[in-house]
Amino acid sequence: MTTPDSYAVQVEDLRKSYDDDTEVLRGLSLQVERGEIYGFLGPNGAGKSTSLRIMCALLKPTSGRVLVAGHDVVAHPFQVRARIGASLQNSSLDPLLTPVEFLTLQARLYGLSKAEAARRVEEVEDILDLGQAAGRRIGTYSGGMMRRVDIAAALIARPEVVFLDEPTTGLDPDSRSRVWRKVRELNREHGITFFLTTQYLEEADQLAQRVGILNEGRLAAEDTPSALKSSLGTDIIIVRTHGPAEESASAALRTLAGVTGVAAAGDRISVQVDSGAEWIGPVAVALAQHGTAVADIALRTPTLDDVFFRVTGSRFEQEALTS
Amino acid sequence: MTTLVSATDAPGTAGATAVSAASRALRPTLGAELWLVASRAIKVALRNPEAVIPNLFIGLFFFAVNVGSMQHTIAKTAHIDAKAFELPVAIMFAVTGTSRATQAVVDIAGGYFDRLLMTPIRRTSLLFGMLLADFLIALGLAVCVSGLAVALGVRFASGIGGFLLFLVLASAWSTAYSGFVYALAFASGSPETVNSAGFMIFFPFAFLTTAFLPRNLLAGWMSAIAEYNPVTYFLSALRSLIVEGWHTSTLLGGLASIAGVGVVGFLLALKTLAGRINKG
Repeated sequence: MTTPDSYAVQVEDLRKSYDDDTEVLRGLSLQVERGEIYGFLGPNGAGKSTSLRIMCALLKPTSGRVLVAGHDVVAHPFQVRARIGASLQNSSLDPLLTPVEFLTLQARLYGLSKAEAARRVEEVEDILDLGQAAGRRIGTYSGGMMRRVDIAAALIARPEVVFLDEPTTGLDPDSRSRVWRKVRELNREHGITFFLTTQYLEEADQLAQRVGILNEGRLAAEDTPSALKSSLGTDIIIVRTHGPAEESASAALRTLAGVTGVAAAGDRISVQVDSGAEWIGPVAVALAQHGTAVADIALRTPTLDDVFFRVTGSRFEQEALTS
Repeated sequence: MTTLVSATDAPGTAGATAVSAASRALRPTLGAELWLVASRAIKVALRNPEAVIPNLFIGLFFFAVNVGSMQHTIAKTAHIDAKAFELPVAIMFAVTGTSRATQAVVDIAGGYFDRLLMTPIRRTSLLFGMLLADFLIALGLAVCVSGLAVALGVRFASGIGGFLLFLVLASAWSTAYSGFVYALAFASGSPETVNSAGFMIFFPFAFLTTAFLPRNLLAGWMSAIAEYNPVTYFLSALRSLIVEGWHTSTLLGGLASIAGVGVVGFLLALKTLAGRINKG
């Protein structure tokens, strides 16, 4: 049974409005268990970064309650800060220090001794992978190198909960898989909870034990990646049309018995069906009868992107490209 | 709205023992916090010498120009050596405003300030750690300018103890004044504002006082303003250590002016720091 103390992150009816009355969060509630890797997805402007800043005790909520590692972020921010590490969307580094100086300082700000700090720096060297550049100042690094230093800084104090806001954006595939390995290792060996947002659905699929999708300031979907995907139905038929898909085309498809859901955006219609092999023909016929000019039609199993599309009305890849 | 929220699966299957809460709740001692913040600020200042060298240049420049141009006037009217009279002014120009506040603005803009705010250190340590760095850097500048003056023949009537107090007072003044600059930095988050508004504060402090002439030669409104300008008392205290020796009431006046500026500056800086933190 899950008790409140077993949660690494507990959010209850979280709301955040800014001075201009923009309401970014509109009653977000979620729980992340200790030792879990949780993926937090959502379209641009859905409130992901705002949520993370509140969880990191950097921003005060308008209302609601947020407990991190069992401590209220508003009432006991020090207790929270002592137990978390974070790599937020923009790397937060000191360009005039070398990575070792920077990480040693970071470790010592968590009360670690010089010797312990040096040991921790060694522990995160596989993420850094800076080679001969290790002695250079951070300001001379590429974006990807800076990102790796930033992630290492989030992990250096071996916190209970780590917040990673799009951690691998800008990293090459090799660096990305190294970060994933480290996340899994720290999660497995030290029970560290990870709460991450990402631009890569593959990342959420590979790493996260559960995924939450934020839409318009609320949690719109949450489950394991496999459960989310299977919730859409067995198969997905993807139709690309010549020109924008009309709503009446979607309506025509909804009348088919085997169709469990239809979502259209731009020139793409996603059709969820019980059995793809059985219904791809009737879908094509229905569109032809409707007068929709089909460019191509394909059948595949659902992905997290389909879930994202169903929940938010936009494609995750498009969101990532425009962010 | 879609109704996909189910969350029925049992997560947390990582299988590891939960991280010991007690082992994570760490915080350095106050002294360690201050030194960690200060040492980083000093390191960054040394790697960014353009943040410090202009102050040293300005101090030495004013010393040379003022001594060269006012030598006879000062000797005739104040009956003291111009170098002794002008050294405190040169020190004031060298150390006033030599603050890490610009670095704080860079940290805010670059996101590093957020990272510092997420560490478990006291948030006031971010300010007072940088002020400690300011004190030490100002001390270094004061040593350079005073060293030159001593090499040129300035002697301290108060002896070596007075010379050391002279350096401490100069650094303390610098630190006290820095409070205003940090207030600008935290309030605006803009390096341009820190520089431009910083000058607007600095000029009345530095020029509406006894920087160039003894107080008995100031007339009218200038004399009235100088009387209320804390810099007047700070300069008097420094000059007294060179010219008169240990003159208690003058030294206490200097200390009080530094303390007054410090209290107001630090309160403003703390208030704006709190505002910056609350803004998120």
